[in-house]
Amino acid sequence: MDAHVTAKDDWVVAGRSFASRLIVGTGKYKDLPTTAAAIEASGAEMVTVAVRRVNLSDPKAPMLQDYVSPARYTYLPNTAGCFTADDAVRTLRLAREAGGWNLVKLEVLGPPPTLYPDMPATFEAAAALIKDGFEVMVYCSDDPIAAKRLEEMGCVAIMPLGAPIGSGLGVQNPLMIQMIIQNARVPVLVDAGVGTAYDATFAMELGCDAVLVNSAIALADDPVLMAQAMKAGVEAGRLAFRAGRIPRIGAASASSPMTGLIR
Amino acid sequence: MDMLVLSLNGEQREFPGALSVAELVAALELDVRKVAVELNREIVPRSTYAMVRLRSGDCLEIVHFIGGG
Repeated sequence: MDAHVTAKDDWVVAGRSFASRLIVGTGKYKDLPTTAAAIEASGAEMVTVAVRRVNLSDPKAPMLQDYVSPARYTYLPNTAGCFTADDAVRTLRLAREAGGWNLVKLEVLGPPPTLYPDMPATFEAAAALIKDGFEVMVYCSDDPIAAKRLEEMGCVAIMPLGAPIGSGLGVQNPLMIQMIIQNARVPVLVDAGVGTAYDATFAMELGCDAVLVNSAIALADDPVLMAQAMKAGVEAGRLAFRAGRIPRIGAASASSPMTGLIR
Repeated sequence: MDMLVLSLNGEQREFPGALSVAELVAALELDVRKVAVELNREIVPRSTYAMVRLRSGDCLEIVHFIGGG
Protein backbone atom coordinates (compact mmCIF):
# COMPACT_ATOMS: atom_id res chain seq x y z
CA MET A 1 0.00 0.00 0.00
CA ASP A 2 1.07 3.60 -0.49
CA ALA A 3 2.80 5.18 2.44
CA HIS A 4 0.07 7.80 2.82
CA VAL A 5 -2.61 5.11 3.04
CA THR A 6 -0.90 3.35 5.92
CA ALA A 7 0.46 6.51 7.59
CA LYS A 8 -0.84 7.42 11.00
CA ASP A 9 -3.74 9.81 10.89
CA ASP A 10 -3.97 10.87 14.53
CA TRP A 11 -5.71 14.02 15.66
CA VAL A 12 -4.46 16.17 18.48
CA VAL A 13 -6.37 18.08 21.12
CA ALA A 14 -4.61 20.10 23.81
CA GLY A 15 -1.36 18.35 22.98
CA ARG A 16 -2.82 14.85 23.37
CA SER A 17 -2.87 12.56 20.36
CA PHE A 18 -5.66 10.11 19.50
CA ALA A 19 -5.92 7.52 16.72
CA SER A 20 -9.69 7.03 17.06
CA ARG A 21 -11.84 9.86 15.77
CA LEU A 22 -14.91 8.56 17.57
CA ILE A 23 -15.58 9.79 21.10
CA VAL A 24 -18.40 7.99 22.87
CA GLY A 25 -20.66 8.90 25.74
CA THR A 26 -21.25 6.48 28.61
CA GLY A 27 -24.84 7.48 29.40
CA LYS A 28 -28.23 5.89 28.71
CA TYR A 29 -27.00 2.26 28.56
CA LYS A 30 -29.20 -0.42 30.15
CA ASP A 31 -26.31 -1.61 32.34
CA LEU A 32 -22.58 -1.27 32.94
CA PRO A 33 -21.51 -4.51 31.18
CA THR A 34 -23.25 -3.34 27.97
CA THR A 35 -21.57 0.06 28.37
CA ALA A 36 -18.18 -1.63 28.57
CA ALA A 37 -18.81 -3.96 25.62
CA ALA A 38 -20.10 -1.19 23.34
CA ILE A 39 -17.23 1.15 24.17
CA GLU A 40 -14.75 -1.61 23.49
CA ALA A 41 -16.40 -2.29 20.11
CA SER A 42 -16.39 1.42 19.21
CA GLY A 43 -12.61 1.59 19.34
CA ALA A 44 -12.93 4.95 21.14
CA GLU A 45 -10.03 6.16 23.25
CA MET A 46 -11.89 9.04 24.89
CA VAL A 47 -15.23 8.74 26.71
CA THR A 48 -17.46 11.39 28.20
CA VAL A 49 -18.61 10.95 31.79
CA ALA A 50 -20.90 12.83 34.15
CA VAL A 51 -20.25 13.86 37.76
CA ARG A 52 -22.94 13.04 40.32
CA ARG A 53 -23.46 12.53 44.03
CA VAL A 54 -22.40 9.12 45.35
CA ASN A 55 -25.36 7.04 46.54
CA LEU A 56 -24.49 6.93 50.24
CA SER A 57 -27.13 4.31 51.00
CA ASP A 58 -25.42 1.86 48.62
CA PRO A 59 -21.70 2.65 48.67
CA LYS A 60 -20.72 -0.76 47.31
CA ALA A 61 -22.83 -0.41 44.12
CA PRO A 62 -20.69 -0.99 41.00
CA MET A 63 -19.17 2.18 39.62
CA LEU A 64 -18.47 3.19 36.03
CA GLN A 65 -14.73 3.04 36.70
CA ASP A 66 -15.00 -0.67 37.50
CA TYR A 67 -16.21 -1.32 33.93
CA VAL A 68 -14.66 1.51 31.89
CA SER A 69 -11.17 1.93 33.25
CA PRO A 70 -9.77 5.48 33.41
CA ALA A 71 -6.37 3.85 32.97
CA ARG A 72 -7.42 2.66 29.52
CA TYR A 73 -9.79 5.41 28.36
CA THR A 74 -9.33 9.15 28.60
CA TYR A 75 -12.22 10.40 30.74
CA LEU A 76 -13.74 13.61 29.48
CA PRO A 77 -15.91 14.88 32.36
CA ASN A 78 -18.91 16.90 31.23
CA THR A 79 -21.15 19.51 32.78
CA ALA A 80 -24.43 17.83 31.84
CA GLY A 81 -27.23 19.03 34.07
CA CYS A 82 -25.55 22.38 34.72
CA PHE A 83 -27.68 25.33 33.75
CA THR A 84 -25.42 28.09 35.08
CA ALA A 85 -21.74 28.96 34.68
CA ASP A 86 -21.29 28.63 38.45
CA ASP A 87 -22.65 25.06 38.48
CA ALA A 88 -20.43 24.10 35.54
CA VAL A 89 -17.26 25.40 37.20
CA ARG A 90 -18.09 23.74 40.52
CA THR A 91 -18.83 20.39 38.83
CA LEU A 92 -15.60 20.35 36.84
CA ARG A 93 -13.49 21.34 39.85
CA LEU A 94 -14.84 18.20 41.52
CA ALA A 95 -14.18 16.18 38.36
CA ARG A 96 -10.60 17.42 38.26
CA GLU A 97 -10.12 16.30 41.84
CA ALA A 98 -11.74 12.90 41.17
CA GLY A 99 -9.82 12.28 37.95
CA GLY A 100 -6.79 14.49 38.18
CA TRP A 101 -7.49 15.62 34.65
CA ASN A 102 -7.74 19.11 33.13
CA LEU A 103 -9.37 18.25 29.81
CA VAL A 104 -13.13 18.71 30.11
CA LYS A 105 -16.31 19.03 28.08
CA LEU A 106 -18.29 22.17 28.79
CA GLU A 107 -21.98 22.14 27.99
CA VAL A 108 -24.50 24.61 29.34
CA LEU A 109 -27.93 23.83 27.98
CA GLY A 110 -31.11 25.79 27.75
CA PRO A 111 -34.43 24.33 28.92
CA PRO A 112 -36.48 21.61 27.17
CA PRO A 113 -37.76 21.03 24.58
CA THR A 114 -34.72 22.31 22.62
CA LEU A 115 -31.92 21.77 25.19
CA TYR A 116 -30.08 24.05 22.79
CA PRO A 117 -26.67 25.34 23.94
CA ASP A 118 -27.13 28.47 26.08
CA MET A 119 -24.37 30.49 24.47
CA PRO A 120 -24.20 33.48 26.88
CA ALA A 121 -23.89 31.06 29.82
CA THR A 122 -21.42 28.94 27.82
CA PHE A 123 -19.17 31.97 27.23
CA GLU A 124 -19.28 32.87 30.90
CA ALA A 125 -18.45 29.32 32.02
CA ALA A 126 -15.71 28.93 29.40
CA ALA A 127 -14.03 32.12 30.61
CA ALA A 128 -14.17 30.97 34.26
CA LEU A 129 -12.87 27.47 33.45
CA ILE A 130 -10.00 28.69 31.27
CA LYS A 131 -8.99 31.11 34.02
CA ASP A 132 -9.01 28.19 36.45
CA GLY A 133 -6.58 26.19 34.29
CA PHE A 134 -8.99 23.84 32.51
CA GLU A 135 -8.59 22.76 28.90
CA VAL A 136 -12.09 23.24 27.57
CA MET A 137 -13.72 21.30 24.75
CA VAL A 138 -16.93 23.23 24.27
CA TYR A 139 -20.36 22.15 23.10
CA CYS A 140 -21.92 25.02 21.18
CA SER A 141 -24.46 26.12 18.63
CA ASP A 142 -23.59 25.78 14.93
CA ASP A 143 -22.82 29.49 14.77
CA PRO A 144 -19.48 30.35 13.11
CA ILE A 145 -19.15 33.64 14.99
CA ALA A 146 -19.76 32.05 18.40
CA ALA A 147 -17.40 29.19 17.50
CA LYS A 148 -14.61 31.59 16.54
CA ARG A 149 -15.09 33.59 19.73
CA LEU A 150 -14.82 30.43 21.86
CA GLU A 151 -11.59 29.53 20.05
CA GLU A 152 -10.19 33.03 20.60
CA MET A 153 -11.03 32.76 24.30
CA GLY A 154 -8.79 29.68 24.47
CA CYS A 155 -11.11 26.69 24.10
CA VAL A 156 -9.12 23.69 22.84
CA ALA A 157 -11.89 22.16 20.71
CA ILE A 158 -15.15 23.44 19.26
CA MET A 159 -18.08 21.02 19.33
CA PRO A 160 -21.15 22.31 17.49
CA LEU A 161 -24.32 20.27 17.61
CA GLY A 162 -25.36 18.49 14.42
CA ALA A 163 -28.98 18.42 15.61
CA PRO A 164 -30.73 18.67 19.01
CA ILE A 165 -29.19 16.34 21.59
CA GLY A 166 -30.67 12.84 21.44
CA SER A 167 -32.75 13.64 18.33
CA GLY A 168 -30.88 11.29 15.98
CA LEU A 169 -31.58 13.63 13.07
CA GLY A 170 -28.03 13.88 11.74
CA VAL A 171 -26.27 17.08 10.67
CA GLN A 172 -29.05 19.55 9.93
CA ASN A 173 -26.91 22.47 8.80
CA PRO A 174 -23.85 21.15 6.97
CA LEU A 175 -23.03 24.55 5.51
CA MET A 176 -22.53 26.10 8.96
CA ILE A 177 -20.54 23.10 10.23
CA GLN A 178 -18.28 23.45 7.19
CA MET A 179 -17.84 27.20 7.77
CA ILE A 180 -16.90 26.54 11.39
CA ILE A 181 -14.32 23.96 10.25
CA GLN A 182 -12.85 26.28 7.62
CA ASN A 183 -12.46 29.12 10.14
CA ALA A 184 -11.05 27.05 12.99
CA ARG A 185 -7.47 26.45 14.05
CA VAL A 186 -8.49 24.01 16.79
CA PRO A 187 -10.26 20.66 16.30
CA VAL A 188 -13.94 20.78 15.39
CA LEU A 189 -16.18 17.89 16.46
CA VAL A 190 -19.83 17.29 15.74
CA ASP A 191 -21.39 16.60 19.12
CA ALA A 192 -25.08 15.69 19.39
CA GLY A 193 -27.59 14.66 16.77
CA VAL A 194 -25.98 11.59 15.23
CA GLY A 195 -28.64 8.91 14.67
CA THR A 196 -26.90 6.22 12.69
CA ALA A 197 -23.54 5.40 11.10
CA TYR A 198 -24.29 7.43 7.98
CA ASP A 199 -24.64 10.61 10.05
CA ALA A 200 -21.16 10.08 11.53
CA THR A 201 -19.75 9.42 8.06
CA PHE A 202 -21.38 12.59 6.75
CA ALA A 203 -19.97 14.70 9.60
CA MET A 204 -16.48 13.32 8.94
CA GLU A 205 -16.81 13.92 5.20
CA LEU A 206 -17.48 17.58 5.97
CA GLY A 207 -14.01 17.68 7.51
CA CYS A 208 -14.68 17.32 11.22
CA ASP A 209 -11.71 16.13 13.28
CA ALA A 210 -13.88 13.72 15.26
CA VAL A 211 -17.48 12.90 16.17
CA LEU A 212 -19.06 12.41 19.59
CA VAL A 213 -21.85 9.83 19.85
CA ASN A 214 -23.87 8.58 22.79
CA SER A 215 -27.62 7.96 22.33
CA ALA A 216 -27.30 6.46 18.83
CA ILE A 217 -25.15 3.65 20.25
CA ALA A 218 -26.58 3.29 23.76
CA LEU A 219 -30.23 3.14 22.65
CA ALA A 220 -29.77 1.03 19.50
CA ASP A 221 -31.39 -2.42 19.60
CA ASP A 222 -27.88 -3.87 19.64
CA PRO A 223 -25.49 -1.28 21.09
CA VAL A 224 -22.36 -3.35 20.48
CA LEU A 225 -23.19 -3.80 16.79
CA MET A 226 -24.03 -0.10 16.44
CA ALA A 227 -20.74 0.80 18.11
CA GLN A 228 -18.94 -1.20 15.41
CA ALA A 229 -21.03 0.54 12.74
CA MET A 230 -20.11 3.96 14.14
CA LYS A 231 -16.44 3.03 14.18
CA ALA A 232 -16.62 1.98 10.52
CA GLY A 233 -18.72 5.03 9.64
CA VAL A 234 -16.28 7.48 11.17
CA GLU A 235 -13.35 5.77 9.46
CA ALA A 236 -15.14 5.77 6.09
CA GLY A 237 -15.98 9.46 6.39
CA ARG A 238 -12.45 10.38 7.34
CA LEU A 239 -10.96 8.42 4.44
CA ALA A 240 -13.44 9.96 2.01
CA PHE A 241 -12.59 13.44 3.27
CA ARG A 242 -8.88 12.80 2.84
CA ALA A 243 -9.41 11.22 -0.57
CA GLY A 244 -11.32 14.26 -1.87
CA ARG A 245 -14.75 13.62 -3.31
CA ILE A 246 -15.68 14.28 -6.93
CA PRO A 247 -17.57 17.48 -7.65
CA ARG A 248 -21.35 17.37 -7.81
CA ILE A 249 -22.40 18.12 -11.39
CA GLY A 250 -25.86 18.54 -12.82
CA ALA A 251 -25.30 16.19 -15.76
CA ALA A 252 -24.52 12.55 -16.51
CA SER A 253 -21.00 11.35 -17.24
CA ALA A 254 -20.59 7.77 -18.46
CA SER A 255 -18.23 5.51 -16.52
CA SER A 256 -17.23 3.38 -19.52
CA PRO A 257 -15.31 4.78 -22.49
CA MET A 258 -17.39 5.57 -25.57
CA THR A 259 -14.47 4.65 -27.87
CA GLY A 260 -13.51 1.18 -29.16
CA LEU A 261 -17.09 -0.03 -29.37
CA ILE A 262 -17.75 -3.05 -31.61
CA ARG A 263 -19.59 -2.36 -34.78
CA MET B 1 -18.92 13.91 73.44
CA ASP B 2 -21.24 15.94 71.20
CA MET B 3 -22.64 14.36 68.05
CA LEU B 4 -21.13 15.50 64.78
CA VAL B 5 -23.96 16.63 62.51
CA LEU B 6 -23.10 16.92 58.85
CA SER B 7 -25.00 17.60 55.65
CA LEU B 8 -23.88 14.85 53.26
CA ASN B 9 -25.10 15.11 49.68
CA GLY B 10 -28.10 17.04 50.92
CA GLU B 11 -28.95 14.64 53.80
CA GLN B 12 -28.48 15.33 57.52
CA ARG B 13 -26.30 12.62 59.05
CA GLU B 14 -25.06 12.23 62.64
CA PHE B 15 -21.76 10.68 63.70
CA PRO B 16 -20.72 9.82 67.29
CA GLY B 17 -17.57 11.90 67.56
CA ALA B 18 -14.87 13.85 65.75
CA LEU B 19 -13.95 12.86 62.20
CA SER B 20 -11.48 13.86 59.53
CA VAL B 21 -12.52 13.71 55.87
CA ALA B 22 -10.44 10.52 55.54
CA GLU B 23 -12.29 8.95 58.50
CA LEU B 24 -15.65 10.01 57.08
CA VAL B 25 -14.91 8.48 53.67
CA ALA B 26 -13.83 5.27 55.42
CA ALA B 27 -16.93 5.28 57.67
CA LEU B 28 -19.12 5.60 54.56
CA GLU B 29 -17.27 2.61 53.04
CA LEU B 30 -16.34 4.59 49.93
CA ASP B 31 -13.29 3.90 47.78
CA VAL B 32 -11.18 6.99 48.28
CA ARG B 33 -9.67 6.70 44.78
CA LYS B 34 -13.07 6.98 43.09
CA VAL B 35 -14.63 10.00 44.79
CA ALA B 36 -14.10 13.73 45.13
CA VAL B 37 -15.16 15.79 48.14
CA GLU B 38 -16.34 19.36 48.40
CA LEU B 39 -16.53 20.92 51.89
CA ASN B 40 -18.63 24.07 52.24
CA ARG B 41 -18.29 24.61 48.46
CA GLU B 42 -14.48 24.28 48.48
CA ILE B 43 -12.66 21.29 46.97
CA VAL B 44 -10.80 19.16 49.50
CA PRO B 45 -7.62 17.86 47.84
CA ARG B 46 -7.28 14.10 48.34
CA SER B 47 -3.81 14.54 49.81
CA THR B 48 -5.29 16.54 52.71
CA TYR B 49 -8.19 14.23 53.72
CA ALA B 50 -6.43 13.06 56.90
CA MET B 51 -5.71 16.63 58.02
CA VAL B 52 -9.12 18.21 57.41
CA ARG B 53 -11.26 17.96 60.57
CA LEU B 54 -15.03 18.20 60.22
CA ARG B 55 -17.28 20.35 62.39
CA SER B 56 -20.99 20.17 63.06
CA GLY B 57 -22.88 22.11 60.42
CA ASP B 58 -20.36 21.34 57.69
CA CYS B 59 -21.88 20.77 54.30
CA LEU B 60 -20.26 18.11 52.11
CA GLU B 61 -20.77 16.94 48.56
CA ILE B 62 -19.23 13.58 47.70
CA VAL B 63 -19.30 12.78 43.98
CA HIS B 64 -18.05 10.21 41.50
CA PHE B 65 -18.14 9.60 37.76
CA ILE B 66 -21.23 8.02 36.24
CA GLY B 67 -22.35 7.36 32.67
CA GLY B 68 -23.02 10.53 30.71
CA GLY B 69 -22.88 11.96 27.21
